[in-house]
This record gives sequence, structure tokens and C-alpha cells, in this order.
Amino acid sequence: MQSVQYAAPTTLAQATQALQGASDAKILAGGTDLLVQMKLGIREPGLIVDIKRIPELTAFTLGEHGLHLGAALTSAILHDDAQVRARYPGFMEALGLIGSSQVQGRCSAGGNLCNASPAADSVPALIVNRAVCNILGPAGERSVAVEAFTTGPGKNCLGSGEILVSIDLPLPAPRSSDAYLRFIPRTEMDIAVAGAAVALTLDAAGVCTAARVAIGAVAPTALLVPAAAEALIGTALDDTALANAAAAASAAASPITDKRGTAEYRKKVVGVLVRRAALIAKARIEADS
Amino acid sequence: MLSEVLRNNLNLTGTKEGCNTGDCGACSVLLDGALVCACLVLAVEAQDRSIETIEGVAKDGKLHPIQQKLLEHAGLQCGICTPGIVIASRALLEKNPDPTESEVRYWLAGNLCRCTGYDKIIRAVMDAGATMRGE
Repeated sequence: MQSVQYAAPTTLAQATQALQGASDAKILAGGTDLLVQMKLGIREPGLIVDIKRIPELTAFTLGEHGLHLGAALTSAILHDDAQVRARYPGFMEALGLIGSSQVQGRCSAGGNLCNASPAADSVPALIVNRAVCNILGPAGERSVAVEAFTTGPGKNCLGSGEILVSIDLPLPAPRSSDAYLRFIPRTEMDIAVAGAAVALTLDAAGVCTAARVAIGAVAPTALLVPAAAEALIGTALDDTALANAAAAASAAASPITDKRGTAEYRKKVVGVLVRRAALIAKARIEADS
Repeated sequence: MLSEVLRNNLNLTGTKEGCNTGDCGACSVLLDGALVCACLVLAVEAQDRSIETIEGVAKDGKLHPIQQKLLEHAGLQCGICTPGIVIASRALLEKNPDPTESEVRYWLAGNLCRCTGYDKIIRAVMDAGATMRGE
């Protein structure tokens, strides 16, 4: 590794200042992507700005407005909160699929977003939860819907000197739940061949009144699929509705063929995952009511 | 990296270096109580933080129950993965004193062992859990 400068600011103002002063700076959160990329020679930053000593970056609150998540908060800490697990089971199962127990001790939802892998597990789950990214930069604060945050493989919408500070997940409506499923050929420690997240709201009769469907690893970025959600809304999630949602998700997918699977296979399997994730979300709502 | 400082500067060579990319778990340590791979932590990040390594697990010459059970169940052969397994499974049992076999297997999925085939390790951790619960 080349010689690298290291800064550990304790305020956001110091962090944005440090980032503006260097053209080859990288933000360090958990390091489970950045440090590996540096070891492999993929990235050679001149300055590393460690944001974990800024208190708001590693804090979270769960209240009436939902979950407010510091961008560098580790998955392990969030996973230890039973209320967060109960409110956002799909998001938490997606976040918990990233890497090993050791990786969970370092990785964060913010890091998963910023690294912008098309296969990032937590991103489809954030999308169906209507998450909003709060960004601070030289021009001030701005907020971006999570589905617009990643712009391509390894690319995100952060401009020069900007930091992803926090992520807000609104509180789910009553009789709502979510689920995330991915397909991997192993049982653990792998990267998604395809992934799907579904969030549903059902009325007392079991009719779906709101839905969000997002798919991962089948396009340059995770995708929100409104057509799949529309196929579910107004139905009791019968076989026809589920088949229509699956077909819409398959149609929206534009995967590549690589060592993990062929494009044709990924298009097929992502529809299957949408159908199964919808049934899991439905079962969670029924179990809670 | 923290793993290099532990081993080369502090002579705490119980923390092993395996893949060096966060995949094998041989360098597992606790950083402020969180289970992490020391090969994926910059040493400078650990400034003023608490670090627990395998060297602190046995107390007053007495093995931790997990270490004792790994010996009894022959849960090690070459031993390179063992310090990481001990650190990781101790973290699990402190958080979840009565894990299912499935929970142990998933928790230790990031600790690779090329000798044992895992079954003996899993049995040793389950047995250590029972001992620690006083069963």
C-alpha cells in the first residue's frame, strides 16, 4: 500500500473541510469494502477520512417518525435492537446477510449504499422502506430518495466533498411488513445472484392497499419496480397477482451474464424471489395482527 | 493494519494472519466489544479503543470453557483458525448463551477451518455453552 494520510474528524464541519482539501480523499466507515479495495490496488487514496468519531454518524433513534440511522452505524449494533428488528424485519434481514459476523461488526447500511455494488443486499430493502439519504456537502444539506442514490456499479450521487450523513426510514403504516430474499448457491457468506425486497400494507380483509417492490443484482443499480407493486395492490395476493408481480420484476430486470449466473437465469429467479418475499411479508403482517 | 501491529509490534502472535482480506476470520479480535477482523482495521483506528485478543481469554492459567471443549472434542488440528474461533464463539455465547446448532454455524460462517470439517468445532462450542450455563 502507498503512504496514506489519515484524518479522524470529530465534527461534520471538520470532515467536509478535510474532504474539500484533498482531491484523492476517501471516506472510511467500516472499511470492509475500502480497505479490501486498497489491498487489491483498486483504490489508492491519498487521504482517508475516518467518519466514525463523529457522534451523529454512528447513532440511531427509533421514534414516531421512524428510524434515523447514522450512515456509519454498524450492522451488529443495529441488529442488537429488538424494536428495530420488529419494525423493519426485511431491512434487518438484508443488512444481516452482508458478510460474516466479523464484517457485521464493522459494516453499515451507509457503507453498503456508498460502495454501490449492484448486488448490495441492504439497498433493495431500503428502497421498499422509502428510505431517504441525508447528504452534507460544501453547498449545504440535501436529501435524496435511496433509489436515486446509486447511479451505477461502484458509483453514487455524492459530489466532491459530500458525505452521506444519515438515512431515514419512515415508520411503516399499521398492518405493514417487509421481507428480503436473495439467491446464492451457498447458505452464507456470498454475493447475491439476484435479490428482491417487498414491503406490503394489508387492510383488515387481507387486501393489499400499498406495496413497494425492489430488485437487486439484476441491473446496474437496485431498481424500484412500480409495475410489480401495482400487480399486488388491490388483490389478496392470490396466485395470479403474485405471478403478475413476478413477471413485472423479471421484465424490469436487465442483468448481465457472469460467473454467478446467466442473464436469462437471473431474470427468471428474481421473479420467483419477488413472489416468495411477498408471501413472507404477508405472513409477517398476519402473525402480528 | 491492526493485525500487523498486534503481531509484529506487540508480539501478540496469537491473532493469526490468514487471508488478510476479511474472509477467513483467523485474525478475529474484539474492538470496543465488537467482533471484527483485525486485518480490516487500520491500526490508527484502534487508538484509544479497547482491543481483546486471544491472549486474554485464558485467565490465571485456566483455559476458557470454549478452549477446554475444543481440546476435548478434538476441534482443532493445525490450530491456525483456533484463536479466531475462540474469540468469535465467546462473543456469540456472551450475546446468546443458548444458541441452536444452526445459529452457531451461521455465526461462525466467517471463520474458515481447512482441517476439521467444522462438526467437531460446532459440537465443542455447543458443549461449552452448556458448561457455561451450568448444565
